[in-house]
Amino acid sequence: MTHHTTSPRFKDNTKAALVDPELQKALHFVETNFPQRRRNVADMLPEFDALRDSARDIKNHTLSFLDLYLETFEARAMARGSKVHFAVTADEANRIVTDICREHGAEVITKGKSMVGEETGLNAFLEANGFAPVETDLGEYIIQIRHELPSHIIMPAVHLRKAQIEADFRRVHKDLPKDRNLDEPAALLAEARATLRAKFLAADVGITGANFLVAETGSAVIVTNEGNGDLTATLPKVHIVLASIEKLVPTLDDMAQLMRVLARSATGQEMSVYTTVMTGPRRPDDPDGPLEHHIVIVDNGRTAMLAGKFRDMLRCIRCGACLNHCPVYHAIGGHAYGWVYPGPMGAVLTPSLIGIDKAGHLPNASSFCGRCEEVCPVRIPLPRLMRFWREREFERRLSPTVQRTGMKLWAFFAKRPRLYRLATWPAMQVLAWFGRKQGRFRSLPFATGWTKHRDLPAPQGKTFQEQWRERSRS
Amino acid sequence: MSSRDLVFASIRRALGVTGAEEPRRKAVADRLRDHPRGVIPKRGQLGAEERIALLLAKIEAVSGTTQRIASLDDLPAAVGDYLRAHNLPLALKRGADPVLAAAPWEREPALTVTIGATAGDDLVAISHADGAAAETGTLVLLSGPDNPTTLNFLPDNHIVVVAADTVQGDYESVLAALRDRFGPDGLPRAINLVTGPSRSADIEQTLILGAHGPRRLHVILVDRQASLNGV
Ligand code: SF4
Repeated sequence: MTHHTTSPRFKDNTKAALVDPELQKALHFVETNFPQRRRNVADMLPEFDALRDSARDIKNHTLSFLDLYLETFEARAMARGSKVHFAVTADEANRIVTDICREHGAEVITKGKSMVGEETGLNAFLEANGFAPVETDLGEYIIQIRHELPSHIIMPAVHLRKAQIEADFRRVHKDLPKDRNLDEPAALLAEARATLRAKFLAADVGITGANFLVAETGSAVIVTNEGNGDLTATLPKVHIVLASIEKLVPTLDDMAQLMRVLARSATGQEMSVYTTVMTGPRRPDDPDGPLEHHIVIVDNGRTAMLAGKFRDMLRCIRCGACLNHCPVYHAIGGHAYGWVYPGPMGAVLTPSLIGIDKAGHLPNASSFCGRCEEVCPVRIPLPRLMRFWREREFERRLSPTVQRTGMKLWAFFAKRPRLYRLATWPAMQVLAWFGRKQGRFRSLPFATGWTKHRDLPAPQGKTFQEQWRERSRS
Repeated sequence: MSSRDLVFASIRRALGVTGAEEPRRKAVADRLRDHPRGVIPKRGQLGAEERIALLLAKIEAVSGTTQRIASLDDLPAAVGDYLRAHNLPLALKRGADPVLAAAPWEREPALTVTIGATAGDDLVAISHADGAAAETGTLVLLSGPDNPTTLNFLPDNHIVVVAADTVQGDYESVLAALRDRFGPDGLPRAINLVTGPSRSADIEQTLILGAHGPRRLHVILVDRQASLNGV
């Protein structure tokens, strides 16, 4: 149950974003504030660029030994009393979390910000199973009550202006006096703080993401400014950490290197307010902390990236600098990208995770100005990776049928489009029907040359010709 | 195949390895054992006095307040003055920490000090930091009965006591001290690295202090080691 995507409608989304006056004002803040803030703290630290090299090298090293570090992490986390779960897919991750909530009869569930949770659509899944998770990061809380996706990976509500948030609070917090003054951002924050404080104290299960998993100690590390992550992790009986496999780092010293580039790149702070290294559940004589500690390690497409051209993208520490410096993001905001990861990092990651067929437009959302790569703390060559996707998408669009059938016969029909349509349409419908049940074909009668070495993706929707006709009509 | 085995199998397939290769296993074991340090900023590599000055300046730069006292004997008065200056009730929650226990609280008779974790009904808490990293004004707090984690997050006002001789220049020195003391498999449940009071900028990027954690963070640096070590 990953989030519904509007990425295929990227062009329409973009047009709408460009003429949305509130959005344009909100985006202006991003463009004017963040690059300057990052510049300031980078200039204050002469070693900043050397630290970026160090961060890149640590991530590269970890990725090439990922199996062994993951093994070590698992063993050490278990030795400290954490329960470690593995999820191959988004659905499996959601199911594991939901089962834990059910087992504990969770009535109140608090959540710290987790991009992996956004990616797997965890809230929707929990809700479908009768639970009511409450987001506690202020920005996440705002988008939750608006039923929206985050528009930025570290500032989920950056697309909104104060008056919009005030209207939402008045709509949702019905018990509070109607004539209360919410003119100041501080008043809105105070209202959210009071509302959520009650949830923190009542929570049975707390769910957070993780910024790092440390193999050396079996620890999960979260970084926040608000303190909501720590309240989510500390107060309930059960704490669940949801983390994807690329969050691993070998040692505490490696974590320290990454900490130095994370906040500086993200918000232009030298250090976020709270960085917490959590190892296992409450000890016997501890007066607080969760009694059970679960860590759900999620693959959901990462191992496929590890094998190919997109391995570099697995270095990403989700700082958001590439969004903050992207002229395209400044112009259209995050929602136009149509899924949970926007901006340059989203343009590379989204096609890897939900498929180039759905996200094929995103890699075109670039002016190739190169600023994203210039500021990326782990030096991901984002423009090059976007170009890879463009090329792949170009090939796919150019000759999808060649790849799908691989038959000489195709050439005959291809020169006779009407005949081709008539001949292939029923076959494609049938193939699509079978394929949707299985997702892929292990073998196809006419295309063994192709399927001998790889699975053939099943047609997932309309044929290229159908799409082409629709597009030329609109 | 279990999901666990599937994940490991896909990683190994992607990397073209079996997981049994000796040189790979050795590379990983070596790194875990040696935990090499990376790039360490020069800014924290200072003598003791300059290091303390940097710590206090960095805390103030992130909207914390600071104060320096000669010994633990001065702690009750410092706390009392702080509470009165902010019109706060003279009531304080602390953990069982021996250093905090050793302060002569009776010298501030109006002050009520209770001991334990908090359920959210305390306005002010005091904790003893295990150490600090001067490079960014970061305090290091450890979970446990001495300094319960809830005290760091639930009260509106958090007072943190730091001993001068536990101020390090950089994160790596802080972490090395923890590793030496607890061993790599003996860390406390939570290590809280705290840099300033809680904040949010989620509404039009206006920075507001006191999001979900404390609105105020007051750091009291205690100079004389004798009092602290004497307990
Ligand atoms: S790609 Fe780089 S700049 Fe963008 S979020 Fe990831 S780490 Fe940050």
